[in-house]
Amino acid sequence: MAAWKPLDEMNILSSRYPRIDGPLKVSGKAKYTHDLKPEGLLYGLILHSPHPAAKIVGIDASKVEQHPGVKAVLTDLHPTGTCRYVGDTIAAVAVTSPEIAHDVLDLFKVDYEILPFSADLDAAMKEGAARVFADKDNISEPRIDGEGEIESAFGPDDIIVEATYRTQVQTHACLEVHGSLAMWKGDDLYLWDSTQAVHGVRESVARYLELPMDKVHVICHHMGGGFGSKLQAGNYSAIAARLAKLADAPVKLMLTREQDFIAAGNRPDSIQKIKAAVNREGKLSAFQVTTYATAGIASRAGVRIPIVYEDIPAWRHEHYDVYTNAGAARAFRAPGCPQGAFAMEQIMDELAEKVGMDPLEFRLKNDSNSTRQKEWRIGAERIGWQRRRKQPGSDAGQIKRGVGLAAGIWWPGGRGTQAQMTIYPDGAVEVRCGTQDIGTGSRTLVAAVAAEELGLQVKDITSLVGESDFPKSGSSGGSTTSPSVAPAIKNTAEKAKARLAELAAEQLGALAVDVQFADGKAMANGKSLNWKALCGLLGTDPITVHGEWVEGLSSAGVAGCQFAEVAVDTDTGRIQVEKLVAVADCGLVLNRLTAESQVNGAVIQGISYALLENRLMDPVTGSQINADFENYKILGALEVPEIEVIFFDEAERGVIGIGEPPKVPTAGAVANAVYNAIGVRIREIPMTPDRVLMALAKA
Amino acid sequence: MAEENKKSGGISRRSFLKGLGGGVAGAATLSPTGLLSEETTKAILGPQAEMLSGSQKIQLKINGKTSSVTVEPRTTLLSALRNQLELTGSKEVCDRGQCGACTVNIDGKTQLSCMTLAVDARGKKITTVEGLAQGDELTAVQQAFVEKDALMCGFCTPGFVMSATALLKQNPSPNMDEIKKGVSGNLCRCGTYPKVFEAIDAAAKKMRKGG
Repeated sequence: MAAWKPLDEMNILSSRYPRIDGPLKVSGKAKYTHDLKPEGLLYGLILHSPHPAAKIVGIDASKVEQHPGVKAVLTDLHPTGTCRYVGDTIAAVAVTSPEIAHDVLDLFKVDYEILPFSADLDAAMKEGAARVFADKDNISEPRIDGEGEIESAFGPDDIIVEATYRTQVQTHACLEVHGSLAMWKGDDLYLWDSTQAVHGVRESVARYLELPMDKVHVICHHMGGGFGSKLQAGNYSAIAARLAKLADAPVKLMLTREQDFIAAGNRPDSIQKIKAAVNREGKLSAFQVTTYATAGIASRAGVRIPIVYEDIPAWRHEHYDVYTNAGAARAFRAPGCPQGAFAMEQIMDELAEKVGMDPLEFRLKNDSNSTRQKEWRIGAERIGWQRRRKQPGSDAGQIKRGVGLAAGIWWPGGRGTQAQMTIYPDGAVEVRCGTQDIGTGSRTLVAAVAAEELGLQVKDITSLVGESDFPKSGSSGGSTTSPSVAPAIKNTAEKAKARLAELAAEQLGALAVDVQFADGKAMANGKSLNWKALCGLLGTDPITVHGEWVEGLSSAGVAGCQFAEVAVDTDTGRIQVEKLVAVADCGLVLNRLTAESQVNGAVIQGISYALLENRLMDPVTGSQINADFENYKILGALEVPEIEVIFFDEAERGVIGIGEPPKVPTAGAVANAVYNAIGVRIREIPMTPDRVLMALAKA
Repeated sequence: MAEENKKSGGISRRSFLKGLGGGVAGAATLSPTGLLSEETTKAILGPQAEMLSGSQKIQLKINGKTSSVTVEPRTTLLSALRNQLELTGSKEVCDRGQCGACTVNIDGKTQLSCMTLAVDARGKKITTVEGLAQGDELTAVQQAFVEKDALMCGFCTPGFVMSATALLKQNPSPNMDEIKKGVSGNLCRCGTYPKVFEAIDAAAKKMRKGG
């Protein structure tokens, strides 16, 4: 089985090095889909439904078609003719300037038959609520998971806690809106797409437009944030392609900011009703949970609970998806997990308190993950766990401080990725891989792994990613990118190296297997050949090799934990996270600098989820009332705490993903810290000042 | 140059702006579905207000170069930069002054180009993120952003770089609170803030040493 070389022999991997596209991004030269403007570009725009539920009776586009700036119109886009959320696609146009695009939308005359609707979870679950789909109940059939006999599991001597937790709908709020630029060259379709999956978009668009896959070329060189919402092809890609065909010109269709909020994905909310028991030994003995959550018009609003502490003799989870007249959910950084962990980690604290145990001690007793057992202790030491208030809420004065903790977890590992490497006679090295760099640094990672293997520097490698014409790699989701891509690049580089070793061996009078590559040289027998001279031996023919993901270099299963320290202003209700210690479980760290950024980002999104973000639906109009950055609050510079990232290295596990696991625990850790500070438990996020004050008033 | 800016398409700068500058066109931009009528315009600006419609060619002085753009009164500076001049470093994210991704410098002041009409930027010295580096030679702020990894997806980065550059010009030795305040108008969704703070601090130190 393949293996990485020992850490102490690595020159690049596991150290800190800047990303190679940094200079492009700081100087404004990096071109994102939103930035492209080929000759003759038209601007595409979608007309969306202003009603949460309505039948399209008729679309009159005659005035639109007469507008001199309009070059293409599509009115056949709705698959069923019944709109089910504000934001549902009705029609689309391609126009000559972005300024007139919105004027043109006003020229559409759409007749709607307005239907009753259910705007959010509470409304949709009410007796007699308007049905989202005429042929089925809003509350779907339950999905039941579990082990053991739950009915008899709650014993008379057990300590039992019952509580209901709620989480909100969180939207991805990517800074680059979803969108696509379509250009036809003969029968070939070129799509520049703001996507996390160039190959996935090719497949979907080819199927939808009934084109052979080799005729669809999807390109994404730089991408302005996805967080899961850009894993799947959007209808905008296919619409842009159709408009471009009709108008015989390139069409760029970027969603508006409002459309991005309402129609391009979100994390489902949840209601979690929990009954949990601990036995006399301080071990979780029974866990019963019923959850309700909405993915809007979509299903799969699942919550992962119990989570982390799953080694329970008897547990049962009954989950109900609830349909609402709202945009469909999409994968969002650790789908289902932050919701579950927010409730789970607080229930753990509630149980610990009732059983008279320290929350950390209680975790150590109930956490069966041997890696996290070590990580808990490291984190506790770094935050100063002994500083937690023995008596919650015991600080004197207006500002009260507290410390809390929670666990991280994740599962997926690496999977099939292919790559191609070409080494030219002048020494140039080019690597092609059909992954994409969504801001995680995968472009840099491709160069770094190749350079490490060939004994070169990162700058010596041309790393080409983000095109579906490059060898297949999966979507950038599920924290699978690094464990998928790094092994494939290593395997590819090994093959190229084997070819070069044969050439070098002849020159150095050695066996090919004895040739070592380091410091820009091939070495054997105490002699060496520099890289350029070695490649010069190729004459006129470059080497091109293909490689793929192999086992042994990556693994699945991620742990980790976080500790938060908060200050709560009991007069204003405002929570400030002051410090967050994140112990990141990371296997072999490929780049400490960019890995730190990933963990920072997960933590910041987690705090933002805990304190600020909330998609608010208007019960009267059924539309999102805060579909902009003024009213949909995300964490800003002034609210960011000191974040200490600690990598718990276990290089022998190979590469594991790091994007999602640190997002899982943050809200739970913050909530537990808030309880420790004020002595009142807040069971709903976001923990906004009004909720904090209400909780304090009730206590 | 000033003379050139005054005349454009045979219309004096004054009358052009009188007709459709600032408030009126601003209102039109905020309400893209309904341009104000001539009647309303005159009611707001007085009877002598002149209505102009359609597009006008104007000149903008950007990054030391004078460029022609054809704009409607409601065209924002951001739109002119991105859609006509291919200066796409300034990003369109919120298009209403909420995120800072389109931050530029106008006559020495940090401004949001999505909240500035292109016509109102005539005759002023505009610097965008593309105008900071000398060729491939990055500024100390840009270098620090790269070295400290003060960027992930990079979509907010030009705005942060512009704000950081302005901050250090005003205050060469900012403390951490001042750094945070200096970029508090810029939003980042990837959560790059800690490294942005680190980069600005590092750039300040380097610039003070004359690096």
